[in-house]
Amino acid sequence: MSKGIRDKVAVVAMGCTRFGEHWSSSAEDLLVDATKELFDSTSVSRDDIEAYWLGTLASGQSGLTLSKALALDYKPVTRVENYCATGSEAFRNACYAVASGAYDRVVAVGVEKLKDSGYSGLLRSDPPGDGTAAELSLTAPAAFSLLDPAYCARYGVDPADMRAAMTHVAWKNHSNGARNPKAQFQSQVTKEKIEAAPKVAGRLGVFDCSGVSDGAAAALIVRAEEAHNYTDRPMYVKGLSLVAGPARGAADPDYDYTTFPEVVRSAQDAYEQAGVTDPRSEISLAEVHDCFTPTELVLMEDMGFAERGQAWKDILDGAFELGGRLPVNTDGGLKSFGHPVGASGLRMLYECWLQFRGQAGERQLDDPHLALTHNLGGRPGSCVSFVSVVGSDRG
Amino acid sequence: MTALVAYATYLPKHRLQLSEVASTLGTGSGRGSRVVASFDEDSTTMAVEAAAALLRSYPATPRSIYFATTSPAYLDKTNASAIHAALGLPPEAFAADLAGSARSGMAAWRAAKADGGLAVSADVRVGRPGSSDERTGGDGAVALLFGDPKGAIADVLAERSWSTEILDRWRAPGQLAGEGWEERFGVEHYVPLLKRAAGEMLAEAGLEAVDHMVVVSPNPGVRKQAARLFSGAATSPLGHSGAADFGLGLASMLDRAMPGETILVLSAADGCDAVLLRATENLVRKRQQRTVADQLGGGIDVAYATYLSWRGWLEREPPRRPEPDRPAGPPSARAADWKFSFTGSVCSRCGFTHLPPMRVCKNCGAMDEMEARSLAAATGTVATYTVDRLAYSPSPPLIEAIVDFDGGGRYTLEVADAQPDDLAVGTRVDLSFRRLYTARGVHNYFWKARVLAPERSTPVGGAV
Repeated sequence: MSKGIRDKVAVVAMGCTRFGEHWSSSAEDLLVDATKELFDSTSVSRDDIEAYWLGTLASGQSGLTLSKALALDYKPVTRVENYCATGSEAFRNACYAVASGAYDRVVAVGVEKLKDSGYSGLLRSDPPGDGTAAELSLTAPAAFSLLDPAYCARYGVDPADMRAAMTHVAWKNHSNGARNPKAQFQSQVTKEKIEAAPKVAGRLGVFDCSGVSDGAAAALIVRAEEAHNYTDRPMYVKGLSLVAGPARGAADPDYDYTTFPEVVRSAQDAYEQAGVTDPRSEISLAEVHDCFTPTELVLMEDMGFAERGQAWKDILDGAFELGGRLPVNTDGGLKSFGHPVGASGLRMLYECWLQFRGQAGERQLDDPHLALTHNLGGRPGSCVSFVSVVGSDRG
Repeated sequence: MTALVAYATYLPKHRLQLSEVASTLGTGSGRGSRVVASFDEDSTTMAVEAAAALLRSYPATPRSIYFATTSPAYLDKTNASAIHAALGLPPEAFAADLAGSARSGMAAWRAAKADGGLAVSADVRVGRPGSSDERTGGDGAVALLFGDPKGAIADVLAERSWSTEILDRWRAPGQLAGEGWEERFGVEHYVPLLKRAAGEMLAEAGLEAVDHMVVVSPNPGVRKQAARLFSGAATSPLGHSGAADFGLGLASMLDRAMPGETILVLSAADGCDAVLLRATENLVRKRQQRTVADQLGGGIDVAYATYLSWRGWLEREPPRRPEPDRPAGPPSARAADWKFSFTGSVCSRCGFTHLPPMRVCKNCGAMDEMEARSLAAATGTVATYTVDRLAYSPSPPLIEAIVDFDGGGRYTLEVADAQPDDLAVGTRVDLSFRRLYTARGVHNYFWKARVLAPERSTPVGGAV
């Protein structure tokens, strides 16, 4: 558990590209686009930034990927990678650097250029191995589809009800994405179309999977007490937690593929840092890692938003829709905003930023004050998890 | 002086219906079916199956392995060493290949008999689409163990060979399918040899007749004539199975012979090999549980188009996914016990089983207090599963299950010989040694889960 840096740092400017198929933009272009939006919204210039953190899974190596693209003036740039939590990890480390007192103004930026490979889904780049790792054969949708039969078996849920809940998650996130001009997919999708889609893995069809996309997002982080020098509505960091599990679930028959212990631990840690005791009533909105529809379902329970074995019902009851008791993935989520890996964590913070400022347009919530973002990297049984809590007010 | 003490056979699960071959190619009406190895099976993996089945029912540590095949997975690299590794034999055991022709099976028999070792023969028989080889071949494996004569299941009464140079069958290295001269040419060459061999064997043993006789040959005409040449003689039980033909023929006789009965095996391949045996009392106890006939029954049909793509005759559009990397030499060597004999580590302090082996216990944190344990023969239960239609596979879709092994241990494994509907949470499985894929000339051997037939599906020790 971390002691945390509650209310010690704040986000005072952000930028985020549209996510999607940017056939005419390189990773460098996307980095320029995201940071340009950020700098255009503030009086701070590139030269005023003392250090940068770059998150990218596979769209470049080292800090040079950013320093070359932005022609930085001999600045410290740290490239980080932590699977799908990469963007959040860039943000977390940047926040700690400011909280430590080493820097007053830093930028965290995440980017991914997935569409240049010509392949479907994510690619892996593994060190030479013995050819026996399950991760080598099983794709991400297949790994997360394991949750479906396991959840049905554990809680005695009728597979048809489970399918309906998964469909509802996709339908909801597409509905939210339809209200977001930066989302990859901006159209409503009917439940019939979702269920009729070609199967990718297990019972997951194309619409149960997040968008494979290109994009970038960036955040300017400063010391909290100076935040108002930059903007009238800063976003304060309340808690940051990252957990890399021991991959016990992949080896332990006691793990039943209906939960992510890594998420439970990181949520507890972040709540404790942020002083959240009842997430269901205190959190105004949550941006969670809906890489596949059953993932979002399980996350609702791991975050404490639903009772064990009940999330499927809450989902069908509309609890996590825009008008529900705890709106989840108001910007469309990975599902319809898209998932350029290194950018996703920062994109989630971008939605919180807009919501707090009342700039979320058609999907604007009524006076949100506390938000959660969450990333999951890896797969059930073997993953990393990141949870942040951010707020509009300094406590 | 050694004797044959145990035998076992392995027939792959898939069947190709010859009527579908005929209708697809427009070549009249085909009858019956042939046994075909799955896309993830080769001569090495089938040899492991046969040898492992033998050693399960007859625990022993063979001092040598002689592996015979006409379809070696590698050249320049010994294939028997992979079999040796999969069986978890000590490094002192000699392992060598006898590769090239049907007669290699007889060579393995002779070598294993000479030093009390294991002769294992396996083959994947490929013919051009529409050929006789395609229709009348069969894929399979047989293991024959030699040891202390006190344990003999059959005593060898006579054994002789004749060698001849004949262009009856041949295949240039690298060719997928072989060729044969006119069938009758071989028949006229082999029939006198077979008659002579049978006569001399009976004379040597002082017998008038034998109780069981099997005549095998790569030449289809010889197989067709076997019963006419020698009254009551059987022939290759699954069609010509290359280097495995001699052993499979013998095994099919051992499956039925009673103590005291005689068995004559004649193999007409580049000459003639003849072995005359008499079954002992031990055979009754040591007969393999599932006979060749049992293994021939059942099976699952594979569509002809799928079979053609398995053998490389039909190139189909792959999923839009990268092909896997080849397994690397040093990591594979470091992990040989894991990769080839499914050996994990068990924490000496708390008993937690780690697959693959780990140095630090995931349960109690103990460091370097592990004992090795092979789970290659273990059974287990499916915790959850999926059908991956996106993943690269030589034969999509890829079916994968989380398997919890009886007595501890969990791993994520591909499921062999399965259809998408075969799996459920709770399905019982065992393990099968397979070739996951081949990348840049390197075969990726590892274990897959295999759905158990109902009779073997009872959990052991109640640990489900």
